[in-house]
Amino acid sequence: MTNRLVVENLRHRPIRTLLSVIAVGIQVTMILTLVGISYGMLDDSNRRAQGVGADILVKPPSAGLLSFSTATMPDGMVDYFKGQPHITDALGTVVYVIQGGITAVTGLDLNAFRHFNGGFRYLTGGPFQGPDDILVDEFYQREKRVHVGSIVRISNRPMRVCGVIASGKLARLAVPIQTLQDMIGAKGKVSQIWLKVDNADNINRVITQLKAIPELANYGIWSMPELAAYYSVDNLPALKYFIYVIMSLSIIVGFLVVFLSMYTAVLERTREIGVLKALGASPAYILKILFRETLLLALIGWIVGIGFTYGTRWLIMTLVPASLTQEIVYLWWPIAGVIAIAGALLGAFYPGLKAARQDAIEALSYE
Amino acid sequence: MSSDFMIRVEDLRKVYRVGEIDVAALRGVNLEVARGEFVSIVGPSGSGKSTLFHILGGLTKPTSGSVHIDGKDLRKMSEAERTDLRKKTVGFVFQKYNLLPTLTGAGNIAIAQDIAGILPGFDNDFKAILNLLGIGNRLHHKPRAMSGGEQQRVAIARAIVNHPAILLADEPTGNLDTENSNAVLGVLRDLNERLGQTILMITHNPEAAAYGHRIIHMRDGRVI
Repeated sequence: MTNRLVVENLRHRPIRTLLSVIAVGIQVTMILTLVGISYGMLDDSNRRAQGVGADILVKPPSAGLLSFSTATMPDGMVDYFKGQPHITDALGTVVYVIQGGITAVTGLDLNAFRHFNGGFRYLTGGPFQGPDDILVDEFYQREKRVHVGSIVRISNRPMRVCGVIASGKLARLAVPIQTLQDMIGAKGKVSQIWLKVDNADNINRVITQLKAIPELANYGIWSMPELAAYYSVDNLPALKYFIYVIMSLSIIVGFLVVFLSMYTAVLERTREIGVLKALGASPAYILKILFRETLLLALIGWIVGIGFTYGTRWLIMTLVPASLTQEIVYLWWPIAGVIAIAGALLGAFYPGLKAARQDAIEALSYE
Repeated sequence: MSSDFMIRVEDLRKVYRVGEIDVAALRGVNLEVARGEFVSIVGPSGSGKSTLFHILGGLTKPTSGSVHIDGKDLRKMSEAERTDLRKKTVGFVFQKYNLLPTLTGAGNIAIAQDIAGILPGFDNDFKAILNLLGIGNRLHHKPRAMSGGEQQRVAIARAIVNHPAILLADEPTGNLDTENSNAVLGVLRDLNERLGQTILMITHNPEAAAYGHRIIHMRDGRVI
């Protein structure tokens, strides 16, 4: 019977119920979208890194695994690595971050890249014809609506799109390695070196062997499985704290919305609360009704929020597929649900207490 | 204490604090109501009728004096015990019906059962009462789809569904036209005569008061 009263109470004020549900839904979407983008961006980067077809990645000293380093390694090191036992090929690339850190341009030697892993698959156009040519992947092409022959600006330098490549291999934007080295003032330097090993069983042996070389002592040397494992939110403290901040904000939003909604509900229903008390309802019974209403609001809002998240993913993947990638992270559904319910119940606490403590006689005379 | 009396009130006083002033709402009320009696209480506004009802219904505590309902001493009751009293011993009928607008007539009755911890559902005896009240086929409607008379009869059904020892009716016909007033008063008298329901009814209307076995007059917080 209590459940029927709860449902009918929510149906009785459809606009307020709808607004509360949408607010909780937005709260859930904020969390799931942010988490989805974080996971999506990391997974996308990992996918493209794995797409290089390398076995080992080498980065200069003090460069984090997931950070973009400036080009500080002499490109002569590429040949040095090629001469080491069990290493069959080495590829040096330069990475330069644009668009406020969202997108990276990779400088590479197309011939070396082709030798390393077969090269890019061209959807339209073809390889670099000159130093001012740029290759863009299909997502960048879709987002920026460029085509072969279009001019894009990289750090104010006009670059001609010479080809559109299939996504998934290292770079979203690729330019000749010398061009990028010139642009960032790192002539003869590379940011990272990718290594191929003759046999997968030898990867760890090669890493140990490289780390034993005194000159490479401070270099970052990781296997690709290690790289994949490191592509995690946990390894990006700034992102982790950003997620916490958004989660806290969403709890506050949920709390405030439900607080206002339930507070006005309690005021509106003062007389009804008086009637329930006259019928013998205890404070716990009144609280039970309000908390169940809140729980139902939060649960519906949670489901709506999950639906919204599919909407934000569609928007992101349609409008800015090159800049952002969003995944649906099922693991976070229950977490977002718990956060939504916790915020809502917190918001219902004071109004519930006010209702439970209401004087029955005063409530019955409330107009 | 004799079990013949459903209600026994002795020297009942109630003082309200309004701002910094004490207002005496009841100034020594004495009252005895026998089991199965139908008593009408009349008196001008401010005479203390409603305060007396609120105390008898366990909605507020007396300042002094003694109040026994069905052998239970209200003065010794805790808040929780007075809540329990309202669940099972006392049924209220209000002037403004006070049905929950979101529930149907049946839902309004069932919620009283739910609050009392009784599994909602109407047995044959209660269905007979619903027919007596003339609302058997109106219970699936929400209050807004019912006339005032129908709403008040649903409120009466709600008040007696848990078989309370006393039914307290506060101006039950105050918002009704003559026809509906007569119907409601007739129902109250039937409940009293057929089921032996003890009823206390506040009213301003002398014709309504005449439905009771006895009329008690109140003025200035006292029974006169």
